[in-house]
Formats: sequence, C-alpha cells, structure tokens
Amino acid sequence: METARGMRLRLLGTCPVRFIRLVLSCSLASLTVHLFPLRENLIVDGIFLQQLINGLTLGSVYGLIAIGYTMVYGIIGMINFAHGDVYMVSAYLAAIGIALLSFFGFESFPFIIFGTLLFTIAVTGMYGYAIERIAYKPLRNSTRLAPLISAIGMSLILQNYVQISQGARQQGIPTMLDGALRFHIGEGFVQLTYTKLFIIVASIAGMLILTYIIKYTRLGRMCRATQQDRKMAQILGINTDRVISYVFVIGAAMAALAGVLITLNYGTFDFNAGFIIGIKAFTAAVLGGIGSLPGAMLGGIILGVAEAQFSGLVNSDFKDVFAFSLLVTIMIFRPQGLLGKPQVAKV
Amino acid sequence: MSGYQTSFDLKRCLIDTVMAGLISLVVFGPIVGIVLQGYSFQTEPKRLAVLIGIVMLGRFCLSLFLQTVRGQKIAESFSKPGGGVHVLPPHHKSNLRFIIPILILLAIAFPFFANKYLLSVVILGLIYVLLGLGLNIVVGLAGLLDLGFVGFYAIGAYGLALGYEYLGLGFWSMIPLAAVMAALAGALLGFPVLRMHGDYLAIVTLGFGEIIRLVLNNWVGFTGGPNGRPVPNPTFFGLEFGRRAKEGGTPIHEFFGFKYNPNAELIFTFVVLVIVVLAVLYIKHRLTRMPVGRAWEALREDEIACRAMGLNHVLVKLSAFMIGASTAGIAGVFFATKQGFIDPSSFTFFESALILAIVVLGGMGSTVGVVIAAFVLTILPELLRSFADYRILMFGILMVLMMIWRPRGLIRISRRGYEVRKGVPPSAAHTRVMPTPVTGKEVTP
Amino acid sequence: MSDVILSVRQLGMRFGGIVALSGVDFEVERLSITALIGPNGAGKTTVFNCLTGFYKATDGRITLHTAEKGDTLVGKVMGERFQATDFINPAQLGSRLWYKMFGGTHLVNRAGLARTFQNIRLFKEMSVVENLLVAQHMYVNRSLVAGVLNTQGFRRAENAALDTAFYWLEVVGLSDCANRLAGEMSYGQQRRLEIARAMCTRPELICLDEPAAGLNPAETEALSRIIRRLRDDHQITVLLIEHDMGMVMSISDHIIVLDHGNVIARGIPDEIKHNPKVIAAYLGADEEEVA
Repeated sequence: METARGMRLRLLGTCPVRFIRLVLSCSLASLTVHLFPLRENLIVDGIFLQQLINGLTLGSVYGLIAIGYTMVYGIIGMINFAHGDVYMVSAYLAAIGIALLSFFGFESFPFIIFGTLLFTIAVTGMYGYAIERIAYKPLRNSTRLAPLISAIGMSLILQNYVQISQGARQQGIPTMLDGALRFHIGEGFVQLTYTKLFIIVASIAGMLILTYIIKYTRLGRMCRATQQDRKMAQILGINTDRVISYVFVIGAAMAALAGVLITLNYGTFDFNAGFIIGIKAFTAAVLGGIGSLPGAMLGGIILGVAEAQFSGLVNSDFKDVFAFSLLVTIMIFRPQGLLGKPQVAKV
Repeated sequence: MSGYQTSFDLKRCLIDTVMAGLISLVVFGPIVGIVLQGYSFQTEPKRLAVLIGIVMLGRFCLSLFLQTVRGQKIAESFSKPGGGVHVLPPHHKSNLRFIIPILILLAIAFPFFANKYLLSVVILGLIYVLLGLGLNIVVGLAGLLDLGFVGFYAIGAYGLALGYEYLGLGFWSMIPLAAVMAALAGALLGFPVLRMHGDYLAIVTLGFGEIIRLVLNNWVGFTGGPNGRPVPNPTFFGLEFGRRAKEGGTPIHEFFGFKYNPNAELIFTFVVLVIVVLAVLYIKHRLTRMPVGRAWEALREDEIACRAMGLNHVLVKLSAFMIGASTAGIAGVFFATKQGFIDPSSFTFFESALILAIVVLGGMGSTVGVVIAAFVLTILPELLRSFADYRILMFGILMVLMMIWRPRGLIRISRRGYEVRKGVPPSAAHTRVMPTPVTGKEVTP
Repeated sequence: MSDVILSVRQLGMRFGGIVALSGVDFEVERLSITALIGPNGAGKTTVFNCLTGFYKATDGRITLHTAEKGDTLVGKVMGERFQATDFINPAQLGSRLWYKMFGGTHLVNRAGLARTFQNIRLFKEMSVVENLLVAQHMYVNRSLVAGVLNTQGFRRAENAALDTAFYWLEVVGLSDCANRLAGEMSYGQQRRLEIARAMCTRPELICLDEPAAGLNPAETEALSRIIRRLRDDHQITVLLIEHDMGMVMSISDHIIVLDHGNVIARGIPDEIKHNPKVIAAYLGADEEEVA
C-alpha cells in the first residue's frame, strides 16, 4: 500500500533511484526525438490536441481489452494469449450484427448499435467460455507452460478459422454516425467526431458497469474471493471453476464492447487485427499494474495517448515499435505497473 | 476398479452432446454461417451444419469414451500432475548409436540422387531442425516460453544480407557473427525480463519478434523495407559456385576440373548445414550432462530452491536464452543463403508459432523427436499444397491437443542414471573423522 | 559472545501495513545447534526468509561471519536502494549497482549459509543424484567449452562432484535411492535429501525450516542423529525452526523464542522450559498473569 507521502515523494523525484530512472527515461525520450525529428508547428496546427482526442479514444478501447487480460491474470495468474483474437472475432461479429440488423430493415442508429452490442457481447462471451473450457480447464493441474502453449494454439485456431470462413480480405462497416464537434484554435481546428465521443462515453459506461458488478454483486464477491485465495474460496463453497469461466466471459464481453466501438471508429479490420492490439492491450494492463481494474483503464488511456502523440508528432510508421518498446521499458523499471502492488514471492 | 462407474449413462451423453451443439451453434453460427460481402452478407448454412455435426459427434464420442473405465482413468490422470519420467540404469546405451551413423550415411548419399527441388526442401527441413533444437533448449530444458524466436532468426538472415551490403561480410564470417549478434540481442532482451514471472517473458518476446519485423519493414533506408535485400552467394575458400565467376574469383568446377553442376551451391549449403546440425545435436546432448544443463532443468522445476542453492537464476536462464538465440541466428544465415533474397514477410509470428509447434510435437523427451517433427511439419505442407489454408489451423489444434494429451511432452523423460559408488567427503576442512553412515533401514518404510 | 557466526541486529520486516517482525536481535554461536521456536504466526519463517535472502528486510542488519569467506552483510548482497552519498563515491555506487544487477539470494548461499524449506522444494522430476549435483553448481567445471569437449578436467570435476554427492547420500542414509526420482520418494526421505542437498553447497551454517514436520518418531530420531553429526563431524552450525519440542529440547544448545515478531526469550533449553513468558506465549495466558 502506497502512502500519500510516498506518492508525493515519488512525484517530486527525491528518491535517487527514481531520479536516475527519470533521467534515463528522459534521455531515452530525447534520443527517440533526436532519431525521429519532430514535425514543425505542432501546437499551432492543433495536432497535439487532435492527437490527444484520438489517443483518448484509442486508449479507452485499449483499456477495455486490457481488462480481459488483467482479470484473467488476477484469477489464474496466466496470460490469456487468445484474448486479442477474441477482440478480432468480436469485430467480425459487430460487422455481421450491423449487416443483419440493416438487412431486416432497422435504420435508427441507437437501435442498431444497441442490438449489435447485445449480439456481439453474448456471442463473444460464449467464445470466452469455449476458450476457457478447451484450452485452460483440462490443464488446471498441468505444468506451468502447458496452458500458455494451448492458449497460443487457441489464438492460431481463431485467426485461421476466421480467415478460412470469412476470407483473408479486409472487411468493413458503413459509417454509422456522422458529424463532429469542432473547436477552432488559432488558424486550425480540432474535431471530436460523434463516433469518438460515443466511444469514450460507452467505454466509461462499460467500465462503470463492470466496477459495479465486481464491487457490489455476489458474482463480483466470488471473483474477488477466488482471486485472493482460490483454495480457500473453494473450501468456503465457491465453485471456483465456474468463477474462472465467468471471468473469461466477462473479459470477452469487455473485448466485445471494444470490438464494436473500434469498428465503429475505423470501419475496417481483418483476421490479423487481434495480434497487435492484443499485445498493446497487454502493455496497457502491465502499465497500469496487472491484476488491477482501474489500472487497466488508466494504462490503456496513457498508452493510447502516448501512442497517438508519438504517431502524430514523431513518426507514425514506428508507432507500434514505440508501444512495444514501452512494454519492455515498463518491465525493466516498474514491473508492478502504476497501480499494482509489488509481488512478494511465497517461499 | 471400484472407484470407476461402469454403467453407461446415455442420457448424460446426449445432454452433453446437445449442449455442445448449442454452444457451437452460438459460437460458429455467425462467423461460419454468415459471410460478409462488403456491407452485405450471404449465408452458408451447409458449412455451418457440417461443422456443428462434427462438434456434436466428437462430443458424443468423447462422452461415451469418458464413461468407459479406460476413459475415466485418463480423465483422472488430468486431475493430478502425472509422472512418466524415469531414470535409466547407469550404463544404459541408447539406440541412437545405431541410428545416427545410418542417418549420416543417408545424408552423405542424399546429394547424389536428389534433384534441386528435393534438395531445397530438405535444406528447409534442416533449417527448421536447427530452429527447433534452439527453441527446445529454451522451452524444453529451461522452461522459458520464447514467442519471438523468429526475431533472432531474422537477425541472422538480415545480418548476412546487410553485413554483405555495408561491410562486405560473407557466408563464412557471418555464421559465427550471427550467432554472437543473436546471442547479444537475446541478452539485451532477456536480462531485464528474465527476473520476472515466466509469462512476462512470453509476451515480451512476442513483442520483440514483432518489433524486429516492423523495424525491418519500416526502416526502408537501411533494410530495404518490404522490398527486401539480396543475399550473397556462398563461397568455398573463395571459390564460387556459379557457372562463371562474378567478382574475379574462380568457379569451383573450373578449379577442380569437374563438370558444372547447377546444384553445386545447394549441395554445398546442404553439406555445411548437415555438419552444423550434427554439431548442434552433439552440443545439446552434452549440455544435458553439463552443470549448466542441469541448472536449466532445476530452474524449470523450482526456481526458489535453485536460488537457495547458490544459482544466479537470471544468469542461468539468460545462458539458455542466449544459446537458443544464437542457434536461431545461425539458422537465419542458412535461410538467407538458401533463398538468395530475403524480405520481412518471412519473419512473421506464424514462423515463431511453427517453430513452437515443432518443439511441442517433437519434444517428447528426445532430441530425435524434434528432428522428426521439424521434417514432418516442413515437408508435409509441401506435399499437401491444397490444404495450405488449413496449415495454421492444424498447428493450433496440434498445440492444444498435445498440451491436453501430453503436456509433459516437452520434458526430457528419461534421465541419466549414475552407478552407486563410495562417497568421498568434499575436503578435509569439512570433516574431522570419516563418519559411519546412518543406516537408512530403520526409517525407510 | 565469543565466536559468533551469525548476528542479527534490530531486524524488522513489514508487508504493506502489517508488521511481521520488529527489533529482532539474536546471535548464533559457531558450532552450536540453535533452535528458533514460537507459536504459529510468530514470524519464524519470516526471520529465515530474511536471513537467507528471500525477503529484503525493511530494517536492521544481518551479518554472517564465516571462516572461509569472512563477513557478509545479507542486506548488501541483496541489492540495496541507492543512497545520496553514492553519487559522491563512485566505488560505492559501482558496488551497489553490481549487487542490484547480479546480487540476490544466491550470494547469501555462496557466502556459506544453506537452507531447507518448510514445504519441501526438491527438483521433483530429476534424479536424487542430479539434485545433489545441481547443488554443487559452484564447485564443478562450468566452462562450456570444457563440457562440450568433455575434457579431462571436466570429467575430473564431475567425478569429484559425484563423490561428494554419494558421500552426503551415505550420511543421510539414502545411498540405495541414488537413481530414483526425487519426487517419488517418501516424505521422510525427501526431508533428508533436502538436508543432503543443502550440505552439498558446502555451507558453514545450515538453516533447517521444520525438518521434523510430518516425520514419525523413529524418523525424527534419525534426523536428530544426522543433525548432531553435521555439527560434530562436519563443523557445521545449525539453526533450526521446529515445533517438535522433544526434539528441540534434546538437541539444541541454545533456544530463541519468538512471538508476535519479537524475541521474548533466549537461553539454554532448561531456562526456556521454565520461562513464564514462553509458557504464556504457547498457552495463551493473559499479560497480567505473566507479570
């Protein structure tokens, strides 16, 4: 537990270790900037603000996916490698949902989006359940490596199965929500499209609902108990196998929300989409502190903003490289993340 | 057999089957049954029905099987960590001492009757043997999951292409250099990450493999980007394999006075590769009997106990990681030489997954398994070209099934036995008198 | 104190807000058998984990005075935080940085302190001999080249390691189990193998964490004999945590009693037996009654 005083000290950088880290990361940053020279007139163009908005949008979606990683890690101490692909499947499901609903003649945006969300979340949740049943449950007492490898197998299966059934080409959805808010700054302007606004609002809503479930419902209490001590929870009569299944379903549902939202914004996706977003969402989860729900959201937003700023101000070709390098850097300097607690090994 | 229920419960089987059918309808329904066509879609009910039928049939058979005594035994073996590892008698001699000479003879005879296509397929197979052996050290012995193995492979391959272009380095100088470069990259990546929980390594290496590919793809000025880079032809003591000498050298057929053979370059690559593979096989065999190999396996078993034994866990893991990486670097040099041209599309995550599949399928305790698996997984897709689309699906299913059926496949199953001897105390400083051993009889049950 | 092998000064350990240990002070004399006892949750294993470098103690200092390696500060080899003075003194900074990068639990073992674990931690899927060979990692020929070429020097070193391994197997009475898997032996055999494995690291001080837990009286008796032999024949100092009072009272020279993270009594077995504070701690009497 971090005291308020400790926090303040850390922010001030009085502790020499932190100071060295600060200096190191600043020099790393300046080195990056040196390698990839900044674009000119960035503030005047409003690129900075525009990218801030883009980053917030992207980041809240990363946060939603990161929740799946962080919850699964919290409860079984393993990374769900297939989670990125669950997100990818949900993007397809979103497009299929929209296509189905428009085919049956529904035209109002709120209805279509609500229906698609329900459909996607339900089906994707089932994917989460199936993944847990096939790739994790039979291996609960196996070697540590086994579930990791089977989850990677699952990820390959999902990618290839979607590729075979839907084709390798890029898919897309029509623009659903037109228009934007514009703010004039100097000569240029910054725009916040309604889609982005919707994404931010919807992910905050999703986050709030999840927090409510975890904090105040019976299911949430069971999840927290299982996370703290699985054996003890089992002794107290909690069906921990079922709780683990629920956690996979919840994680998949959040990824489904992310899938619908991101598809609304970008419009296109392919069977490979889950791979990179999966690693980035994992980075977000680690950045925020793996096992912590608010951490996942915070990590997502920080990563999203950092990545958007990097691609806007420095170099958009290397934005993925930047995100992955961030992952490695966090591992070195703060493995427990921003809101995580340092782990004490049990001897 | 009292613990096993023997009566058939058909009703339960049917319920299971229907449940599986419903779940697969929900799961597969939208993706398999509805295919997106632009913003519209078309339905594929037949495909969906077949898939659901397969799932239901499979689930039904599984339910039936699990109700047999044999099935229950297998199900029970999942719920407890099973053994299956055994210690060999002290002077055990493996059958390998017959198999390996035969394989060497085959390898010597092979170039005399092989055509160009066969040669290049076998070379590819051998490259994957090398990769599989390298990853088997990392995953199988040390228990570290490395998902960015392709990154080190790419370092080796691009090392040759770029080393030639910018520094004028050739095939021979790049083999050791690639090993060193890949090992250094492994050290840089591994040192910070290896002190943490094992899963982190998996995802960081996954990210690393992707970083390497993205850099190769996007740093157009240096690496040529998606257009790739040509790779120099190998030479043999300065002798070239082309019909005519390119850079003032002598073609090998002129020097030795034999007829020009268009396969000469491939045969040369094959011979060097066979020698390298044999060397790596030998080194790996020795490693399992060396202190460092024992330390890797001990770390896989119990890291905390290892630290209490005075082993620096980070450095021990790092050594496995680096040796694995350097093997991949060498494999990369051979790959680049064989292709004559490389681009980033050869170094995607699927390549890493393929190598992992080789280790998973083949690593049933023996190095031989990896060798066979490497050939099966590289040559089979060549033979079954029409199923190429399903290749990755098969790898995925293979990994999941192998983990469920035989998770210990990765672990060395037979351990070396030692002859019982009379003990000698370590040094005089630690003993005053020779102790008479406590007899274990009275306490051993 | 005449000849102290381990001295613990003001040891404190906090986990978040929970204070597990505070101001723990004790010394272990060379060639003694010292027992650390106390009710469950008193902090015994935490003390062990601090001593052996699995936890970084939040306060205090632990010094190991060995005959061979001299003095070792356990906190230092674990890698400490940087101090302001480091930036004036490059040598100090360098050493701190070195220990931060390469330091850790293993250096405590190399300094001459070995341990066993409360819940046995053997390399279960390796053979018994291999378990003992791993423990001698620091004493064999680790050169990759020598190993791959199987040179004479390498074989000699391996041979010597095998000799030592079989020697300790004889001492703990497990010679006939040499080629079994460590995980498939009986509980009592595993306990003894753990001691043999710890001894293979050639320590001067061995810390045994509940070595008699789960053993029957005959096995406990054999274990007591092994522990005495370690001290008498091999000049090893023994520090043990144990709940079996019969065994503790019969073999230890010195007893330290821990309760609620504090040392409440120390002395020879007879004194401890009659110490009212100790009785109160075990039987849960009120504070007033004790006073």
